[in-house]
Amino acid sequence: MTNAEKYVTAAYLVVFLAVLLYVVLIAAKLARLEREVAELADRVRAQQAKGSPREEEVEV
Amino acid sequence: MPALAALAAALVSTAVALVFFYAPVNYDPDVRAPDFSQKIFYFHVPIALTAYACFGWGALKGFLHLWKRTPGADLESYVAIHQGVIFGVLTLLTGSIWAKIAWGHWWIWSEDQLVLFLVLFMFYSAYFMLRFSLPPGPGRANMSAVYALFGVVLIPVSWLAIHLSQQLIHPVVFRLKGPDMSGSIFLTFCVSLAALLTLAAALYRIELAGKRLDERLRELRELLA
Repeated sequence: MTNAEKYVTAAYLVVFLAVLLYVVLIAAKLARLEREVAELADRVRAQQAKGSPREEEVEV
Repeated sequence: MPALAALAAALVSTAVALVFFYAPVNYDPDVRAPDFSQKIFYFHVPIALTAYACFGWGALKGFLHLWKRTPGADLESYVAIHQGVIFGVLTLLTGSIWAKIAWGHWWIWSEDQLVLFLVLFMFYSAYFMLRFSLPPGPGRANMSAVYALFGVVLIPVSWLAIHLSQQLIHPVVFRLKGPDMSGSIFLTFCVSLAALLTLAAALYRIELAGKRLDERLRELRELLA
């Protein structure tokens, strides 16, 4: 492998690794957002569970 | 968005294949030998042009925020500038690698185009310091938009620096009469440019979707608190 070939490989690797790092960071962010959505859904379910007996009483 | 990401992946793969299997190895008349390092040009120049496009898009969104108060324009401007800074880092890195082979130095301070691109890059890097030093709200959005607009002035200066400079060490790709490339080289360059612009657009859309979702979740959390 010549010196020029090594540098060209390095340049293309830098671009590839940067895009890969970006995708990993976005994937990590998506995982965090998924966790937060699940947490909020749990909170809404808990609030509904607290409120539902009263709703049933009103209906009866 | 998945279609855009798939198109970007296809174009980037095609561009890499064209660079290494289709475009001829450039002949360097100075050393009278094939110049393999020229292959960096196919990604380095489109990355630099993509960085300019991202900064320009960020400035345009900033302008729309200030002029028409377009909803979401501030966030779009921020994401575009973030993309521009990422592509700016890649421009500096790939350019430095090429400079090391061609000139024997990682960086040459006497080259106007290099220094002006660095100034542009640092100007937009400072955008984040300004943005995150202010409390969220209309004030921060206005200040960020004004800053993004000021920076756009540096783009034509950086672009034209090579033509204004007396020391022409940095290669000139586009002259006033047109591109300084032959058919197969120009085709490969165009595909690479399309690939990187599409990649930037796909990353922009993904990051923007994430930021919008983040904002909506914050609102939802506040409503539920």
